[in-house]
Amino acid sequence: MKYIDEHRDGRLAKEIARQIAALADPARSYHFMEFCGGHTHAISRYGLEDLLPQNVQMIHGPGCPVCVLPIGRIDAAIALAMRPEITLCTYGDLMRVPGSNESSLLKARAAGADIRMVYSTLDALRIAEAEPDREVVFFAIGFETTAPPTALALRVAIAKELRNFSIFCNHVLTPAAIQNILESPDVRKLGTVKIDGFIGPAHVSIVIGTEPYEFFAEEFQQPVVVAGFEPLDVIQAILMLVRQVNDGRHEVENQYIRAVTRFGNEKAQAQVANFFELRESFEWRGLGEVPYGALRLRPQYAEHDAEKRFSMVTTAAKDNPACECGAILRGVKKPANCSLFGTVCTPDTPMGSCMVSPEGACAAHWTYGRLREHAKAFE
Amino acid sequence: MIKANRRKLDLKNGRVDLSHGAGGRAMGQLIEDIFHKAFDNEWLRAGNDQSAFMVPGGRMVMTTDGYVVSPLFFPGGTIGSLAVYGTINDIAMAGAVPLYLSASFIIEEGFPLTDLDRIAETMGDASRETGVPIITGDTKVVERGKADGVFISTAGVGMVPAGLDLRSDAARPGDVVIVSGSIGDHGVAVMSKRENLEFDTGIVSDSAALHGLVAGMVEAAGAAIRLMRDPTRGGLAATLNEIANASKVGFRIDEEAIPIKPEVAAACEFLGLDPLNVANEGKLVAVVAPEAADAMLAVMRAHPLGREAALVGHVVADDDCFVQMATSFGGGRIVDWLSGEQLPRIC
Repeated sequence: MKYIDEHRDGRLAKEIARQIAALADPARSYHFMEFCGGHTHAISRYGLEDLLPQNVQMIHGPGCPVCVLPIGRIDAAIALAMRPEITLCTYGDLMRVPGSNESSLLKARAAGADIRMVYSTLDALRIAEAEPDREVVFFAIGFETTAPPTALALRVAIAKELRNFSIFCNHVLTPAAIQNILESPDVRKLGTVKIDGFIGPAHVSIVIGTEPYEFFAEEFQQPVVVAGFEPLDVIQAILMLVRQVNDGRHEVENQYIRAVTRFGNEKAQAQVANFFELRESFEWRGLGEVPYGALRLRPQYAEHDAEKRFSMVTTAAKDNPACECGAILRGVKKPANCSLFGTVCTPDTPMGSCMVSPEGACAAHWTYGRLREHAKAFE
Repeated sequence: MIKANRRKLDLKNGRVDLSHGAGGRAMGQLIEDIFHKAFDNEWLRAGNDQSAFMVPGGRMVMTTDGYVVSPLFFPGGTIGSLAVYGTINDIAMAGAVPLYLSASFIIEEGFPLTDLDRIAETMGDASRETGVPIITGDTKVVERGKADGVFISTAGVGMVPAGLDLRSDAARPGDVVIVSGSIGDHGVAVMSKRENLEFDTGIVSDSAALHGLVAGMVEAAGAAIRLMRDPTRGGLAATLNEIANASKVGFRIDEEAIPIKPEVAAACEFLGLDPLNVANEGKLVAVVAPEAADAMLAVMRAHPLGREAALVGHVVADDDCFVQMATSFGGGRIVDWLSGEQLPRIC
């Protein structure tokens, strides 16, 4: 595959790994958090950690929109979908996410709910147009990357006067969450490890640019390297972070120059700003309430806001008390340190947020790396 | 069959969902806890895609298979040709010579006769081309909305050559793993024609009958073949995990050695799929004694359906039955069953 294989070149990877090993100071350790689940997945899928020296460790952050969606929001979506007039459109990766009492959208569908898997917001619009008697609700999730397509869908729905189309908005924001990991008293109370730098997300940064990270790089003296999702991108970003740490720098650097600019996609940002506003607070599964960490529809679009249109109620639902997802998302624990991991909690029967999506830290470790706990791993 | 701890099926309030048909752990549990429990016998317990039993003339194998692929017509085949080839392949994976097939049709009210005719024609062509006749059948029509166009279920029988006994628990440390050609073609070809997902590609399904290739392998080095599987639903990843669990061994495979067409790799890339999980309908995986590896590869490469045969790894001792892969990037990872479904109704 032209333009893809070049970013997965094993020989180049080896050379960068050699440079990291040469630069990493053996007298100290380096803990870097890759915020984004896309990076977590790449690290696991390509076995990237096998190429890093022992004292360079990756912490898998909370940047997986499926993982951080609280149980209460899933419960609310299931309750909505069970109403006879509702057609709920969702991306496939939400289908198996567990709600309360072992429920899920997949099981709700088996029980008769009209839930349809779509590949884009435009599929949902098409359904609303073709079936005017149905109340079509799009289950919108994702970071800054997927908010613009949701905004676009809303714009089209308004232009076409599709009054039967609404959005259950669960869009969340990256910089607020990173900041929350670093400064929230709740998070501090729960314990953190010292983070020496961040790998900034790829697709999110295409939309928002690198500028939004500048504040906290300065404020929290944290180096940030925005990186692409290919394994060579990630390992190069790690090298750039090691250099920054060694030099005592805390800058925002852009590894992903083939796609990311300082100010991002301003047209997409404008679309989002047109239709959405900040929520004062929103629960992230595993992190708790994050101030200004999510979006909702502006009040003038209430007609298309499923939460208002159907008076949806989100009730708080607790994770299993033995679940360590919160600690894992903050880097305090590793998946294998959780007593549920691989016993009752697997990708087939996920209990915690980190196991529900392939981009979650636990699911990635289970699927690609769980034999690292065994002596014979990858000799 | 699968070790991970799991919750019991909720027989009182639970319902069948799509993950129970996806070829992964959920389906394994459904089969074990419902069908094996009800039918229990030594043949089912062996967990093969076919079963062998003694008849006066030798060892006979029997298999049955259902076809629900959507769309019914896809690049490189139809539900009809797929049904013929797929059933033949289940027989061939026992090293057997396929003899006869049956076919039953469940047809939805309103289904166009011209489509039914085309399906039957392609089935007839496949049957004549492979030399395996369809000698009995059944036809049912259900009300509109109670099926999706047409579903086909088949059965097939064949005879195993004397002296050959392939078993899913026969893989031994040191054995080599050979795949007969590029993986993922069928799944990507079908997906490219799915509603809402249509994309332009030159990829056609690899749907084909493998009994000719198998006959050559058996003739040349039958004693060296430990077992064969066709990696259909769940792809190469599911097949290797099934063998690993049945034989209580592990695998080490090499990502760079696995043949994948660039178009298939590219389609998987933008669909977010792993080619190792994508279905094949004209490929086989053979576990072979190491000393016969070169001879087996030569025989396979001499056959049109095995031209790209490749040695992709070997069997290792591993009580945990992990399938490990050296990535082309230079690291290592597990190759696991897929959780849940990747895309339903691929075959």
